[in-house]
Amino acid sequence: MDYIAIADRDDKSHHPNSFFSKYIWSQDHKVIAIQYSITAIAVGLVALFLSGLMRLQLGFPDQFSFIDPSNYLQFVTMHGMIMVIYLLTALLLGGFGNYLIPLMVGTRDMVFPYLNMLSYWTYLLSVIVLMMSFFVSGGPTGGGWTLYPPQTILPGTPGSDLGIIFMLISLAIFIVAFTMGGLNYVTTILQARAKGMTLMRMPLSIWGIFIATILGLFAFPALLVSAIMMMFDKLLATSFFMPAIYSLGDSLQHTGGSPILFQHLFWFFGHPEVYIVALPAFGMVSDVISIHARKNIFGYRMMVWAIVAIGGLSFVVWAHHMYVSGMNPYFGFFFATTTLIIAVPTAIKVYNWLLTLWRGNIHLTVPMLFAIGFIFTFTHGGLTGLFLGNVIIDLPLSDTFFVVAHFHMVMGVSPIMVLFAAIYHWFPLFTGRFLNTRLGKIHFWGTFLGTYAIYLPMHYLGFLGVPRRYFALGDTDFIPASVQTLNASISVSAIIVGTIQLIFIINLFWSVFKGKKSGPNPWHANSLEWQTPQCPPQHGNWGEKLPEVHRWAYDYSVPGVKDDFIPQNLSQQKVIMFNETNSSDHEGDKK
Amino acid sequence: MKFLTTLMEKPWLTPDSELSPVNSIQYDQSKIGRTALLFFLMVVTILFLLITVTFLSRSQYYDFQALSGQPWLPFTQPTQLWLNTISLIVASLALQFAVIFSKKMQMNTSLVFVSLAAIFSCLFIIGQLLVWQKLTNTGYFINSNPANSYFYLYTGLHALHLFGGFFALVRVLAVFIRCTDPKHFSKNLSLCAFYWHYLLLVWILLFLLLTATADTYKTIALICGF
Repeated sequence: MDYIAIADRDDKSHHPNSFFSKYIWSQDHKVIAIQYSITAIAVGLVALFLSGLMRLQLGFPDQFSFIDPSNYLQFVTMHGMIMVIYLLTALLLGGFGNYLIPLMVGTRDMVFPYLNMLSYWTYLLSVIVLMMSFFVSGGPTGGGWTLYPPQTILPGTPGSDLGIIFMLISLAIFIVAFTMGGLNYVTTILQARAKGMTLMRMPLSIWGIFIATILGLFAFPALLVSAIMMMFDKLLATSFFMPAIYSLGDSLQHTGGSPILFQHLFWFFGHPEVYIVALPAFGMVSDVISIHARKNIFGYRMMVWAIVAIGGLSFVVWAHHMYVSGMNPYFGFFFATTTLIIAVPTAIKVYNWLLTLWRGNIHLTVPMLFAIGFIFTFTHGGLTGLFLGNVIIDLPLSDTFFVVAHFHMVMGVSPIMVLFAAIYHWFPLFTGRFLNTRLGKIHFWGTFLGTYAIYLPMHYLGFLGVPRRYFALGDTDFIPASVQTLNASISVSAIIVGTIQLIFIINLFWSVFKGKKSGPNPWHANSLEWQTPQCPPQHGNWGEKLPEVHRWAYDYSVPGVKDDFIPQNLSQQKVIMFNETNSSDHEGDKK
Repeated sequence: MKFLTTLMEKPWLTPDSELSPVNSIQYDQSKIGRTALLFFLMVVTILFLLITVTFLSRSQYYDFQALSGQPWLPFTQPTQLWLNTISLIVASLALQFAVIFSKKMQMNTSLVFVSLAAIFSCLFIIGQLLVWQKLTNTGYFINSNPANSYFYLYTGLHALHLFGGFFALVRVLAVFIRCTDPKHFSKNLSLCAFYWHYLLLVWILLFLLLTATADTYKTIALICGF
């Protein structure tokens, strides 16, 4: 069969011709990406607000009458679930995945545009259902973001009536939305790349998104299964996870279920979820670093192998979240070993980012600042992960603030730093304008230093044994009074960092309309998304003809070449060498 | 292996597609549907696999009573389940014949086989509902024993899976009525047939699992280390 790009089919059914089909019921991947991003950021702001409320209580206990222990647990739960799933997963894959995949692999749209649109609206429905749980009787669930039974569905836990039902329904809907989107991403990457775009010529952003999507497709069923089975336990009084139990003096109908089974299922999803968030971030930060250091990414193949290896290993480490639940010591040994092995490909990535920077022509633009900031926060979070991966160290630290500090550094702050780097980097592609640099730098330094002011002291709190999830510490012998001072300082920092994000939001709105115009390819990047005929790209992305790819995406500062970048779609014959320009100059002189 | 070979490529050494062997890669549109379907079926496989892992683990708890083994248990002689299985086998075969005839451009015969497949799939669902009815009439409610809970969960999800197939089949027919392109129809129908064969395979495995005796569960659980 002759080469026919999928995007050049006769089917014009998704071509927009009205306001609604162009901006609301759009099947264009770019519009869907922006819809995803706006929704995810909006719901993320809700989660940020909840964390502010939690910090108010921890920093200044008994000062705020509107926060009671039940509310506090609800804030913890909703903050965690929203941030991990409804913000990070949705923004990285639904937002950036949608925007970047067709542009970076050189096609006009996703292979199933209608399904893509459906994916967004289903996601929105899941967010609406989740938000509705704030307004139902009893409020949202307060069982912790891990939703462990039996506690989560027993009377006495906040939101154990309707809140948990809304949460489980919302998760199930989200997983349906993700599966629709995920099938699209994987199929587009595998089957609709431009001519010459081999898998190993794809930018690392796409590799990260690709493997993360596969992880999502294989891991989310575990969450779906656990949500369905827990729903059965809650509504139909089955005993999948619920043991024989007395609650508030009454014997319940359940018999012999295993809460540990739920934990296995949850973490079989939960750990790959870390990498569903991290891998796209790894990919995007690689591209940002390479472009802004004007140097090819160091060890491209190693970077790809590391992404694939991390993806594979992420399915055999889940039980390190369950050391304190009790397990056969040999299992603990196995999971500790696999957990520590995962540090190898991860360390390769960190070294390669550093070696890309080494002797590069580093431009300290705002995206680059965030990317370098990410290397710090990720290394920091990763190193504390080595502590917690060991059973013997995890046991005393597991229920303390040390864990809170660890996972916030590694999968909270780090992906967020990359997201900011990515937004500052690709904003000219989205809008044709730059984000304001001065505001961007204030935003970076406030966020970077502020997050350290929040999370660094938390490690010390953890070492002191300060427990996490507690509404108030009360009088506890082993906790010195200075802990309260530290908690207050953390809370003040958190509120400052939260407020600084408003600068970013203002910058976003201001720059969309008033930002400095960027023109095409302002960062002099090689990857295809910057080579579209118009910037921002129009519907169909590529005008009359699809691009042809002649090289990988990292030909920066190639010796002997006039420009310090060679776009992927530039053939070898069209590359202008130094001696050619010199000779043409000489010819000009002679004339 | 092909993927591993791909991972060994050195993209920085082949700066021009004219010089690169990868230039000869040509993309086939029919692969798109197949790729998406394969990934979707992998997702479904993992879903059923994970439930099965919990099933085998749960089967070793004291309150689990297998539904087969003793004469009074409902699936010691699962006649209705056999009939249902035969319905699904016929539906799957009918779809395969529909594909064969559509490739030969005998569209009317092909459509007859598609109709047969739809009818027998409906019979399967009705048969499953009859099993549910029989179970509830004899006191095997969803919450009276974990084995019952799993039976309702498995069969419910499998029925949902079948409804998904119905949706796809109706869409394939609708596209055919609109475009009347037999080649396109044949390719899409072959994906549907693949989906039905997969449904059948899942059902046969579930049938074997759900009608096994307590001793069988014990042996499997022992092998799996539960």
